[in-house]
Amino acid sequence: MANMVQAIRLALHYGEENLGVKEIFGEDVGPPLGGVFTATQGLRTAWNSPLDERGIVGAAMGLAWAGFRPVAEIQFVDYIFNVIDLLKLAANATWTSGGRYKTPMVVMTPTGSGIHGSIYHSHSFDSIATKLHGMKVVCPSTPLDAYGLMISAIKDDNPVLFLKPKALLRVKGEELIPGEPSDEKELRSMIDAPIGDRSQWKPRWPDVKEYAIPIGQGKISKPGADATVVTHGRLAPVALEVAKAFAAAGTGDVEVVDMRSLVPYDWELIKSSIKKTGRVLFLNEETEITNFGEHLFRRTVDELFYDLKVRPRLLCGKATPGIGLSPVLEYAIVPQKTDVERALRELLDEPA
Amino acid sequence: MAQSSVAVSGGPFGTMDKALLLKIHALMVRARVLEERCIKMGRTGEGYFWIGGPGEEAFNVSLGLQVKKGQGPRYDYLNLHYRNSATLLAMGAATIDSIRQMRTVATDPYTKGRNFVNHYCVPEWNVVPVTSTIETQYSSAIGTAIANARTPGDAVTIVTGGDGGTAEGDFHSCLVWANRPVLPLPILIIVVNNHYAISVPEATQHGEKKISDWGKVFGMAAKTIDGNDVAESYAAIQEALAYCRKERKPYLLEAVCSRLHGHSSASGANRVNEPDCIAIFEEKLAAQGIAKKEDFDKVWTQALAEVDAAHQQVKKEPYPAPDTIWDGVYFESLPSSYPRKGGS
Repeated sequence: MANMVQAIRLALHYGEENLGVKEIFGEDVGPPLGGVFTATQGLRTAWNSPLDERGIVGAAMGLAWAGFRPVAEIQFVDYIFNVIDLLKLAANATWTSGGRYKTPMVVMTPTGSGIHGSIYHSHSFDSIATKLHGMKVVCPSTPLDAYGLMISAIKDDNPVLFLKPKALLRVKGEELIPGEPSDEKELRSMIDAPIGDRSQWKPRWPDVKEYAIPIGQGKISKPGADATVVTHGRLAPVALEVAKAFAAAGTGDVEVVDMRSLVPYDWELIKSSIKKTGRVLFLNEETEITNFGEHLFRRTVDELFYDLKVRPRLLCGKATPGIGLSPVLEYAIVPQKTDVERALRELLDEPA
Repeated sequence: MAQSSVAVSGGPFGTMDKALLLKIHALMVRARVLEERCIKMGRTGEGYFWIGGPGEEAFNVSLGLQVKKGQGPRYDYLNLHYRNSATLLAMGAATIDSIRQMRTVATDPYTKGRNFVNHYCVPEWNVVPVTSTIETQYSSAIGTAIANARTPGDAVTIVTGGDGGTAEGDFHSCLVWANRPVLPLPILIIVVNNHYAISVPEATQHGEKKISDWGKVFGMAAKTIDGNDVAESYAAIQEALAYCRKERKPYLLEAVCSRLHGHSSASGANRVNEPDCIAIFEEKLAAQGIAKKEDFDKVWTQALAEVDAAHQQVKKEPYPAPDTIWDGVYFESLPSSYPRKGGS
């Protein structure tokens, strides 16, 4: 099975061949590297830009307004903070123009912790991203979802921020992308560049098919009757693993809602799950103060207060200025599997 | 596009013909009268903040008349700033639309009552949304210029801003990207130098002798001109655009202009004592025997009547309805579950 970075590459290839993508760019995005995580390796229209995030996002905005469908990369989300005003302009161009300008651009960027990335390779950006109203924000947790969301992001007439969980980029999927060879070695030999000199290398692309996951549509990764966990990105597979372990041990039947899209988000899916279970944990790795999960928490209290059996919970990152390099520090700051286990245990055990 | 030029006067106007000169004069006057009306509307409570371009008419009309106007990458893209009212009028915009934007009525075609005056947006003419954020247009111009570069033909990108904004990184991003060896960009990079960043004199913050000297770093075509002079502006824009169109490379053009009503209404928008490009132009036109004072008076009277009529019309037009706030959050309609209450 393809891993997430291969899935994104396949989606971009599909976009080049079928959806009018003609400009894929950013720092190290073109040959020879094809992206620091190799998400753009071998792509026909991928090119290297100057080391200039403002130029990258500005170029994407201008190309989008000119009717192109650019895909730009910011190498790490930690380096996106100096373009927030440009992202805000991209996000508000349709509104400020009275609905006359489309801004069909994708900005993809690796996000979150989990690679021992220290202070400037571990950031999450969810809360700020979701304040850029007019921008759509997606964050997959599986290769197939990454493929389907990238196809939708490319086709969308609005700017889409595509958050790639760093820790999941090398994780293989459990579902085949339509058209993907079933032998993962074969896939690697087709689309992964060789180590060393790759100047003569060309990928052999599998005939992948269109598969679009609508932006704004979450999914139930595991149904359950006793409690709901609402999450996305790196923590989605963690929540799923914990929920499966609880189920196997007979210690709780947890429903896992993988949001996939942060804005617009699938409130109907979240709502129906909370109504069913009456217990909910919002789980993400952003910091605690003005956390995106707090918005969902507040909406839950407003709209579902009388459906709740116990108080809702939020498990998220600590409000520190950064994430420390030492694993001891990183694990103390960002939610880990044991934290998820404990939070779900408490949620399940509290008497109604 | 450039006008056909038949020399009638020689002298200060070179090869510009009489019809073109009088057309430029009429547009400059209309732009001035329009801006003065918008200033007045702000003062009388008919509008709010004013920012605009009195003093830049010689340069801005000359620019607007030479744009290859249309939609899509086969035409010029304009990444303008909020002092380009005369450029828009020269391209064919109606004075009434700026008055609509000043009054924040629903008929404001640029932003539907959502943004300050002179924040234009005309997709049909490739005028991308004008923003209040200083200099960000130099970043988006990179993208429209790549679109022009990738498209067969002679279309270019035009970006304008002020001298103060050149301290921002976006200006330097634009220069770097426009001069990339792998893909030089057909982009006319304009800096209108009025010697002030709001209240701060350029001379106190900028050590560059000339802003156009930044072109030397890249070995790119660059020039500084007197933007208060119609003939010099028109010829310089003609030369710069011809270069960008043919060579598919960037050109840095610095136009030194007056700022006749200060930065904005925030500083009172009172008239200041700087050279007035319209007065200079009228003096030269009269000296060359191309037009007389009576002719100028007629143009001013006509412009005033036009703006008066437009103003009266706009007073009858409705303000936007509150529920229009949800229009255009996304290009398509909002999902039904999108939060809309503004709280609990």
